[in-house]
Amino acid sequence: MEVKNSEDNTRIADDVLIQVEHLKKYFPIKGGVLKHTVGHVKAVDDVSLTIKKGETLGIVGESGSGKSTLGRMIIRLLEPTEGKIYFENDDITDLSNRKMRPYRKDMQIVFQDPFASLNSKMSVSELIEEPLLIQTDLTKKERKEKVLNLLEKVGLRADDRNKYPHEFSGGQRQRISIARALAINPKFVIGDEPVSALDVSIQAQVLNLMADLQDEFGLTYLFIAHDLSVVKHISDRVAVMYLGRIVEIAPKDYIYNNPLHPYTQALLSSVPVTDLSKKSEKIVLEGDLPSPSDPPSGCAFRTRCPLAHDRCTTERPHLLNRDNGHSVACHLHDNK
Amino acid sequence: MTNSTVLSVEGLKTYFYLDDNEIAKAVDHVDFAIEPGETLALVGESGSGKSITSLSIMNLIEKPGKIVDGAIYLNGKNIVDLSDKKMTEIRGKEVGMIFQEPMTALNPVYTVGNQIVEVLRKHKKMSSSVAKKRAIELLKLVGFPRAEETIKEHPHQLSGGMRQRVMIAIAIACEPKLLIADEPTTALDVTIQAQILDLIDEMKHKFDMGVLLITHDLGVVAEYADRVLVMYGGQIVESATKQTLFNDPKHPYTNGLLASLPSLDKQTDRLGAIKGTVPPAHRFPKGCRFSTRCPHVMEKCLHANPDLIPESDGHEVRCHLFK
Repeated sequence: MEVKNSEDNTRIADDVLIQVEHLKKYFPIKGGVLKHTVGHVKAVDDVSLTIKKGETLGIVGESGSGKSTLGRMIIRLLEPTEGKIYFENDDITDLSNRKMRPYRKDMQIVFQDPFASLNSKMSVSELIEEPLLIQTDLTKKERKEKVLNLLEKVGLRADDRNKYPHEFSGGQRQRISIARALAINPKFVIGDEPVSALDVSIQAQVLNLMADLQDEFGLTYLFIAHDLSVVKHISDRVAVMYLGRIVEIAPKDYIYNNPLHPYTQALLSSVPVTDLSKKSEKIVLEGDLPSPSDPPSGCAFRTRCPLAHDRCTTERPHLLNRDNGHSVACHLHDNK
Repeated sequence: MTNSTVLSVEGLKTYFYLDDNEIAKAVDHVDFAIEPGETLALVGESGSGKSITSLSIMNLIEKPGKIVDGAIYLNGKNIVDLSDKKMTEIRGKEVGMIFQEPMTALNPVYTVGNQIVEVLRKHKKMSSSVAKKRAIELLKLVGFPRAEETIKEHPHQLSGGMRQRVMIAIAIACEPKLLIADEPTTALDVTIQAQILDLIDEMKHKFDMGVLLITHDLGVVAEYADRVLVMYGGQIVESATKQTLFNDPKHPYTNGLLASLPSLDKQTDRLGAIKGTVPPAHRFPKGCRFSTRCPHVMEKCLHANPDLIPESDGHEVRCHLFK
């Protein structure tokens, strides 16, 4: 990840699909009789990152880390409080809904809960056809062909097209969501916990499907999940978020083999593994995630960090590049 | 079953009688036993029957479901036919329970202290001042350093992990010999999950309880269980010690589950997914219930459901591949 100033950045590198700079999302907290704003929840607090064409960037973090809010801002489902979002070479931060429309075609999202995200009154073919109707000029016959083609691609049968969402299992519904997302040939797909609600044998089917479709269509993924092994499996690079900030970002082998941030280390050591010979000492973190409305001063992780020292209370660590795109926000690693 | 066996389930069948005369055999002849100080994990996907098994033990099956056969010995006494009133005396006293969602298991209008005191007064017949003292001790035991203040708080003022600690305090209040933990950490973040599972383990040793751990997470099984039962289609398909199960899994379903898991240490391009989905409990295939998804399916599997047979000492498998 490059750290750039937005002022001198007018051109995005050719191989970059998405670039976000100093992105913030503050939700106001209303209080008192007059409902004045009494504070802010800093859901995302100064995040910059790039996603290269064809790669999968994984974002991991616990609940409240801001990972979903970040994803939604990138595709403009939520308005950022501050910061810039570039898609290819275009600044899409402030585009009106109408001007956003051509870009919407290129960016899609698959949500966690396939029960809530599919309209239960629409048949499978209507669900998959809907984006085609809105975004393309295809004829009825062409649309039908496309629907059949998509069903086959995601591993559903042609006769499934006349069924309704309730007739499918969770994994099959997630296949429908994926077919719907792919209908208009997007370049960029966000998966927001797309396999978290699925049983492990079904989760594996959907992960394999997503990998196959990425190869076939050259898709770029932002894969948001809390499960570190799932993120490792599917990602090229991984960003770790804590209380609205990225604390570490690197190619996945660096993150998993040589984590630098104490939070990443604790997170990885907390994952229960099935390899009985590989049982390592767990770093059990004390306490809970602090409230994002009142984050600790200095480093947000210092209240739970086993290695916190004086400087962590007063000074917020910046995300600095260590080597080869391995960046970490921790005073232990900034050479001062 | 020895004299000290905490729980022994024998031939348990829990069926659901659906409309149009269909029968869902959610739990279909399940046997197992738990000894003091032992964690037995019941692992399986949704629809495998693992949660219905735990609800059956506590006699919490509601219509149209019914325990149709079998015996459940809790500390040597068969509790399968006890009245609701008698069961209320047993639940919370002889069996502690922890569920996935502590927010729905706790009463939102009572303080944390009230909910622990209530259990102690009911089952231990303590006076309210003694019960309050004990509640503070219990909260300290499960990791609330300022327990004197915590007892005055309501569940919504606590985080998910803290609520689960309160649930554990309630579950161990009467020092039961059996603790049933049904997906206790599924709703929690991974760093909190480690805290809670460590706490359950610590309490198990402290009170020499038997723990029935119900989970879908094989990682949790590998780190916290002593023995494992793998369930599929309402039946146990493999039963082994943890070491045997992970080092020498036999049943194609167990192998499929393990291959489905993305690993933190190894990089694989493709996961070994199991094809298809779990059949619903009223539509189990004839023959082996895993036959519709099994990569090794044979002619025989379509006609006869195999028995759970010993493969080696303490290792049982339900599969025609093993004779």
